Amino acid sequence: MTRRTARRDGVTTQSWCGKICRIVSLSLLGGICIVSLACEREKREFATSKPAESSYVPTSGTLQPGPTMVQSANGQPLNIPVIPATDGPYAGNAYGIAQGQRLFDQFNCSGCHSHGGGGMGPPLMDQDWIYGSDAAHIFATITEGRPGGMPSFRSKLTTDQVWMLVAYVQTLSGHGRKDLRTGRRDNMQMRSSEQNTQTPPPHAVGTQ
Amino acid sequence: MTAAMSPASRGPIDEDVQELARTWSRPPGFWGWLTTTEHKSIAKRYIITAFTFFLLGGLEAATMRLQLGRPENSVVGPDLYNQLFTMHGTTMMFLFAVPVMIAMGLYFVPLMLGTRNVAFPRLNAFGYYTYLIGGAFLYISFFCNTGPDAGWFNYVPLSGPMFSPGKRIDVWAQTITFTEIAALVGAVEIIVTTFKHRAPGMSLNRIPLFVWAMVVMSFAIIFAMPAVATDSLFLALDRSIDTHIFNPAEGGDALLWQHMFWFFGHPEVYIIFIPALGMVSSIVATFTQRQVFGYTAMVLSLIATGFISFGLWVHHMFAEPIPVLGESFFTAASTMIAIPSGVQIFCWIATVWTGRPRFQTPLLFVLGFFVVFIIGGMTGVMVASVPFDLQATDTYFVVAHLHYVLIGGGVFPLFGAFYYWFPKITGRLLSERLGRWQFWLFFVGMHVTFFPMHTLGFHGMPRRIYTYLAVTGWGPLNLVASIGAVIIFVSVVLFLVNVAKSWRGGAVAGPNPWHGDTLEWATTSPPQSYNFARIPVVVGRGGLWETPDEQPVVGGLRTDTREVLLTTLLDAEPESVHELPTDSIWPFLLALCMGITFISSIFAPWGALVGLGLGFLPALGWAWPTKPPQPERISPERAS
Amino acid sequence: MNSFCLVMAALAQPLPWIGEHSALDPSGTASKHVASLWWAMFWTSLVVYVIVMIALGYAAFRRRTNAPADATSSERLTPAPRSVHLTVGIATGVTVLILFIVVVTDFFTARAIATPATGAVHIKIIARQWWWYAVYSGDTVPQQQLSVANEIHVPVGKPIVFTLTSRDVIHSFWVPNLNGKTDAVPGYESNAWFRADTPGVYRGQCAEFCGLEHAKMAFTIVAESEEQYNKWYQAQLAPAVPTTDSLRSQGERVFMTGTCSSCHAIRGTGAGGTLGPELTHLASQRTIAAGTLQNTPDNLARWILDAQRIKPGAAMPSQELSSRDLNVLVAYLEGLR
Repeated sequence: MTRRTARRDGVTTQSWCGKICRIVSLSLLGGICIVSLACEREKREFATSKPAESSYVPTSGTLQPGPTMVQSANGQPLNIPVIPATDGPYAGNAYGIAQGQRLFDQFNCSGCHSHGGGGMGPPLMDQDWIYGSDAAHIFATITEGRPGGMPSFRSKLTTDQVWMLVAYVQTLSGHGRKDLRTGRRDNMQMRSSEQNTQTPPPHAVGTQ
Repeated sequence: MTAAMSPASRGPIDEDVQELARTWSRPPGFWGWLTTTEHKSIAKRYIITAFTFFLLGGLEAATMRLQLGRPENSVVGPDLYNQLFTMHGTTMMFLFAVPVMIAMGLYFVPLMLGTRNVAFPRLNAFGYYTYLIGGAFLYISFFCNTGPDAGWFNYVPLSGPMFSPGKRIDVWAQTITFTEIAALVGAVEIIVTTFKHRAPGMSLNRIPLFVWAMVVMSFAIIFAMPAVATDSLFLALDRSIDTHIFNPAEGGDALLWQHMFWFFGHPEVYIIFIPALGMVSSIVATFTQRQVFGYTAMVLSLIATGFISFGLWVHHMFAEPIPVLGESFFTAASTMIAIPSGVQIFCWIATVWTGRPRFQTPLLFVLGFFVVFIIGGMTGVMVASVPFDLQATDTYFVVAHLHYVLIGGGVFPLFGAFYYWFPKITGRLLSERLGRWQFWLFFVGMHVTFFPMHTLGFHGMPRRIYTYLAVTGWGPLNLVASIGAVIIFVSVVLFLVNVAKSWRGGAVAGPNPWHGDTLEWATTSPPQSYNFARIPVVVGRGGLWETPDEQPVVGGLRTDTREVLLTTLLDAEPESVHELPTDSIWPFLLALCMGITFISSIFAPWGALVGLGLGFLPALGWAWPTKPPQPERISPERAS
Repeated sequence: MNSFCLVMAALAQPLPWIGEHSALDPSGTASKHVASLWWAMFWTSLVVYVIVMIALGYAAFRRRTNAPADATSSERLTPAPRSVHLTVGIATGVTVLILFIVVVTDFFTARAIATPATGAVHIKIIARQWWWYAVYSGDTVPQQQLSVANEIHVPVGKPIVFTLTSRDVIHSFWVPNLNGKTDAVPGYESNAWFRADTPGVYRGQCAEFCGLEHAKMAFTIVAESEEQYNKWYQAQLAPAVPTTDSLRSQGERVFMTGTCSSCHAIRGTGAGGTLGPELTHLASQRTIAAGTLQNTPDNLARWILDAQRIKPGAAMPSQELSSRDLNVLVAYLEGLR
């Protein structure tokens, strides 16, 4: 990287090497941070056929209560910090989460859960996770069903489809980075989009 | 203000020239490079950056051709392929074609007009840095798997929030903002420089045709670019803060995107094409040693082309559910625009007919332009008809058409211009031998690649498909097209070799190796930072071909500050003297702040406000007065 | 001249290895008009192009020189002779005239192919990522309303009118042999039509970029005699063939208890999913996966097992089936004639 000088108009000019090196090293530094996050977010994973025994089948029991207790004796919410949920395979992937949103709409989860607000089924937007907020717990909830009316979807969805739903459902309660969440749907609007929903309250208003 | 000078007896005084050099040159080192406002330096950067993007876009095209060479190939999958054709279109249209044309204007318009710099030197630098940041941002995103993947035209609802998850499309939308600002800056520079900074005596009817082409292009940019900027803003709003501009369920309209995009998109191709017409005029005049026939007709054709181009946009939407009666207006306009182009072609042929052509590389490329572009123009008239377009649109027929007009009508003249003006920019001639090889390879490769696509389109091959079934029978012609792509690749490599060899090792060119007539040939190769030791006074349209024995020059401009002469709009009579600012870091810093504004807004809408607030500081620095304003000196003739 | 005509005629025929579709091999009323328009424009353009190229070539070569340019020549500025002015003027006039004729011809063609107000059959097409859903309006009798996916039968010689819309993004409905394309835009209902003059199987493909699998969104138009069309129609209206043998019964059980029935419907059974195409008469179709594969048992098995490898990004997920389950399932589906 020699400094060759050339005289033009009585002005010395630095060699191209120095300029380019400087620019490149600065860009690399900034770029490294972005790369790791972006690549994962934007991956389009097409889940090709796997053997029936998937390595992601959760080992936890199916009817264990989750780590958060909802209410105290007088019905007031307890001020218990929520244990952060662990992530499934699509947690850092915007495409997977968007597919989860598509499945949520197509398989009529809204029929009981509305668009996260709850109805016949409990709300999914709040921080109360009756059966656990871990990805594995939510996976079990969807595949096995739960007492109280949650049907089993094991025979209706493939394993990968369930993991996509898990990733989407977790975003409903504000889990995960904002840049991964879905934008507004091209339908009549029922609620603000997941990416623009403020951190949901610990308890949804009006729930039992 | 003007003084007659005989070149033999009273040349410029050496001390004056030395002081001029000191005043107009830039500080040494990297700081000088970063802060310069010298138009040729900035234009060179534009050209090199744009050409780098051309190479990247070409690699994307090569990868696509590799994938399509065989049916059901697996070189790239659908996701990467979609990113590739989007990047190819975006790169070529936004990052290469428009900036390189602007760059040629920024370099040569001040020279051809006989002035020392563009009208707003710091704004010029700001435009370049904005463009650089935008292009770098797009490519860094692409390498991070966040390259846009919904086409360079980005139709909603596919590019909307529901069907394009992640940040890919937001990256595209912000890239548009960067490149649009840079293009507007370039357009403003060219228009104001042309209208106010001409050498005395260069009335409107003596302006070189290249400059006229640049002015028409600039007006087209000013009217077209805001449409796409607004469109991409709407999309960014839909995607980030849940507006419903394109959501049919809530009263929005998917076709609105198309109208706004193509209102820009059609003039965009003329923004690329019209400067190329100017280049053709320059080359034809010089290499036939004859003034272009029909100056007035040529100028009016340029203006008519630019004007009519704003009335064509719906021809990109003939297959959409829009009223047929409305479509017919656009058929008429799309056919009509062939008339001014035809007039220009006839005038050039008349020039060649009455001149003495010398088949050097620039003229070869211009002849190639005729052969290729006219085919593209004719298929263009064909697709102007609605029934035919309904068969041809969105197929490889249109891919063939657009490459014939853009490569034939844009890239061929551009390569010709590179060969023509390389000696002026670097002081050395490009190799003629390599030039001929490059021309023929490029010409043949272009036909081999794109001609079969006409047939492919008829046989049902739609655009933007990452693969096709063998049973469709598209395999053999696709293979031919892919082989043609290899030939084009070789020709571009040859060009790079030619440039690398000739940059320092080519034959030394004097001030006017081609005996051209426009004013850029009246100064050294490469020109000094001050362009001309003395500003010439223009006496006719013939430029250097009718230099009187006593060449009048402008006297009385200060050499210790950066003074330029402003002249009147119509007849270029001297009007006033203006002092241009010295070099400055503020354009670079402001461009950085704009970058922060637009890039952060992708991830957090409030980032835009932070960036704008930050940008207030370099804007303040930019506008801060540095010394008391000099009183404007009015020429004695005007004052009376 | 003869050999030239032969070459031109040969180029006009569909090349022997080309599949079923070409706009230059028109089998429909509308596409025939367009093909005629194309040939008229093509020949006109060719003649004009040759004339311009001859003029350019002659101009370029007649006074060509390699001598260095003369810096003092006054020839550079002398005005051109009157004949040049005249020629340029005439050329411009002729150009305007030719373009005007082209536009007028175009308008007449456009009128000839305008969508008729009514047709013999009216079909509503709902384009989805990445398949086609067609609903026959059934002559206003609701029980006669038929919906099929991807393979559309029509009677030959009758105008068929389409109403197009989309459930998600913009798609484009295009059968090159029969007519130009019309886009299916969400929020809009667009109109299209064609009239097939020759019986045959015509391939169509989506022609507006619509996402990951835009390349694999084809469909088939089968134009047949009125009698055959009616027979097909009534057969399609019938519910699914009941299972009689044990192999197919096992397959039916796999279908009903597995993920299939949540997306696909089979009329006459309990499967009522609406997310994917109806499979009531799957075995009667020529292709599967929107024209991506020929409909054979092997292909069907491959598609069911690993759709994501064949058409990555499609809504059809790859399945987790044992090979035994897959075999009986395919046997069941291939019996749905």
